[in-house]
Amino acid sequence: MHIIHSVLFNKLARLLRNLGRRMIERIWRLGAGARLFLLTMLYSGESFKRFNLTLREIYFTGVMSLLIIIVSAFFVGMVLGLQGYNTLQKYGSSEAIGVLVALSLVRELGPVVTALLFAGRAGTAITAEIGLMKTTEQLSAMEMMAVNPIARVIAPRFWAGVISMPILAALFSMVGVLGGYLVAVPIIGVDEGAFWSQMQANVDVRDDIINGVIKSFVFGVACTMIALFEGFDAPPTAEGVSHATTRTVVISSLTVLGLDFVLTSFMIVV
Amino acid sequence: MTSHNIVEIDNLSFGYKGRLLHKNINMVFPRGKVVAIMGGSGSGKTTLLRLIGGQIKPVKGQVRVGGQVVHEQNRDGIYKLRRTMGMLFQHGALFTDLSVFDNVAFPMRELTDLPESMIRDLVLMKLNAVGLRGAHQLMPAELSGGMARRVALARAVALDPNIIMYDEPFAGLDPISMGVICDLIRSLNDALGATSIIVSHDVKETFLIADYVYFVADGEIAAEGTPHDLMQSTLPFVHQFVHGEKDGPVPFHYPAANYQDELLKRRHPRK
Repeated sequence: MHIIHSVLFNKLARLLRNLGRRMIERIWRLGAGARLFLLTMLYSGESFKRFNLTLREIYFTGVMSLLIIIVSAFFVGMVLGLQGYNTLQKYGSSEAIGVLVALSLVRELGPVVTALLFAGRAGTAITAEIGLMKTTEQLSAMEMMAVNPIARVIAPRFWAGVISMPILAALFSMVGVLGGYLVAVPIIGVDEGAFWSQMQANVDVRDDIINGVIKSFVFGVACTMIALFEGFDAPPTAEGVSHATTRTVVISSLTVLGLDFVLTSFMIVV
Repeated sequence: MTSHNIVEIDNLSFGYKGRLLHKNINMVFPRGKVVAIMGGSGSGKTTLLRLIGGQIKPVKGQVRVGGQVVHEQNRDGIYKLRRTMGMLFQHGALFTDLSVFDNVAFPMRELTDLPESMIRDLVLMKLNAVGLRGAHQLMPAELSGGMARRVALARAVALDPNIIMYDEPFAGLDPISMGVICDLIRSLNDALGATSIIVSHDVKETFLIADYVYFVADGEIAAEGTPHDLMQSTLPFVHQFVHGEKDGPVPFHYPAANYQDELLKRRHPRK
């Protein structure tokens, strides 16, 4: 009996120890991430003084993500058109399909799905690139040349992500609306005038469009910073970079969904 | 008055998590000389280069570069010191998204206001010195290990540094590339009037070009002297290292339990 108690006690103690260690690690990483964010802000001057550095990264993170964003947006818009019409026609308000598609995209799906796709496409690329630069001592080489890697490598990528995300989200919403239009008007036969006029009358610039832009800006900051931190903090091994890349997708996705809830709550209350 | 030694290490101790890697080490690196730091893998040779470069701070003692204590400098001070240094990393550490030309031009573009036409001429001169002017358009992925090391060397000396540090410059190279790098280290050092610090465990090549050698073992300086002195040394560690003997003060076997006991044990004990 005494032995069983002792074994149980040991297992419980080990469990608590592991839990405590993991919590401390998480808090430490959060602190390290915040520190990198502050240093990025501090050394951002170069990214604007030599804007070609940022422009180059906008090409890699933003322009190279265009295809996946546009194709996804088109399909999401078409599905919204189909599902929306299917539900709205039961209440005899199928003309409101334009409003449904536009509001769904501008308020929620545009910023959120763009951020999720961005994390999968550009975020992983950023983490892998920075992680490999660390593994192959390129960041150390820069440091030894008296070139600050945060100013030269991290900050331009950060601002490129922050600038790209709202533009990509806006494109997502625009292409999504076109996808919804294609299904609703030429295929199903909803009145074209009703589709556009109801959309124009019910989509508000401040409450809908600006709020969507704010969301995508916040998601841009979060996703890009997570990707950069994971790469910068990755252990300099193949396994380390691979785990960091996976963590980028998982943490970015959860952060985007969590932040979306928080931001939406504030936007609705305010 | 300028000191005879460009780098001085005084009573330096360094370690991680309470374990000391270096204990009260003293070294001097005279101007214009090629000085080697040798020792087995994991003896903390590269860490000494990182301490000189100010990437890490000592637990005790100090490193002085050009008379200035490295770990007492702020970020700007350390960067100012590093502008007088060049470093060749073990695998070159070339920027993989830049061409050979742009890699060598990188420190010039980042740290100077030189016009692009002058940068072009300087880069071609540096590449010519390492025999790779014709490869300036290639990307790092298109280079062999030896070529990558030579490009990295051209980049390390791009701004004519006073101190050039080499981290395992001969590791993994074929004999021809090894000979080329060996010659380049000595000739660039003499042409630039610089001081070279080589971290290596390749005895033959290092002894060929070094003016003075430090042997590091168990966190201390096990021996020092000119290559000629060390070749004649009867110290057991130096003898084993220089002649590449399998067993000696550095044991062949990693510390382990009794061999017979381990073989006769039926299964691993549960932890």
